[in-house]
Amino acid sequence: MILAHVVGTVVATRKDERLVGSKLLLVQPVSPGGEPRGGPIVAVDTVDAGAAETVLVVSGSSARMADGLTDRPVDAAIVGIVDTVDMLPAVD
Amino acid sequence: MRLARVIGSVVATRKNRSLDGAKLLLAQPIDADGQPVGGTQLAVDAVGAGVGETVLLVLEGRAAGSALGRRGAPVDAALVGIVDPGEPIA
Amino acid sequence: MQLARVVGTVVSTTKDPRLRGRALLVLQPMDPTRQPLGSELVAVDSVGAGVGEEVFFVRGREAALPFRPEVVPTDAAVTGICDHWQSESPQPVAPSSRAARRPRRARKR
Repeated sequence: MILAHVVGTVVATRKDERLVGSKLLLVQPVSPGGEPRGGPIVAVDTVDAGAAETVLVVSGSSARMADGLTDRPVDAAIVGIVDTVDMLPAVD
Repeated sequence: MRLARVIGSVVATRKNRSLDGAKLLLAQPIDADGQPVGGTQLAVDAVGAGVGETVLLVLEGRAAGSALGRRGAPVDAALVGIVDPGEPIA
Repeated sequence: MQLARVVGTVVSTTKDPRLRGRALLVLQPMDPTRQPLGSELVAVDSVGAGVGEEVFFVRGREAALPFRPEVVPTDAAVTGICDHWQSESPQPVAPSSRAARRPRRARKR
């Protein structure tokens, strides 16, 4: 899983019918310290995350194990909203 | 499958139960010239490989689990062959 | 699977119900000489690992397997704590010298 900031929402009227009703968010992967890492990705929200929140994103075929996403054509799912990240003092 | 060179071994007493008895080796993926490519992987050994040998490495869960002979094992890398000494690999 | 150091923990109150009660660890993947390898990631713990420990972890769909029969939606799981490892430095080997330096020995199957 990676940490990411929610930076936007994606609205798509025409999409795979198995995605109808799914909330799509644009998320920017970040380091534990909050620095951007790579490009933004579109993820299906399963925990009702909101703008500017830090979230947990699961990628690949594992994303389909998220709540309600069995057999849906997704490769990234938001499965948690981060309260805090505690790091070793030496890192980040 | 990737070519890799066995560069070490790992001992872990506390691990997932389905890995009990599995031999864990550090494998550095290499190109046909023997140059390292990408990061070191930790793989379960299904063929009795040893440090210094050139091996065939699968990086896919289902294949790795079946190589280990335990279908539900949480593994994503396994050594499934040893490249014969002296055989060209390119 | 890769080696990693546990460098942090993540606290999340709102999460997939099947992640409840599971420790979320921030991992820094590393090579056998303990040099960082790529970006940190978050993994679900299956062995009771703690911050500062050296572990190995599995990626992909197989990361859910330690928790079966529960279906835990994760793409990374800590599956072992390293007691120690032995490694030569990952130096490139010239193809010509590779055969010469590799000892012959008995093998299982």
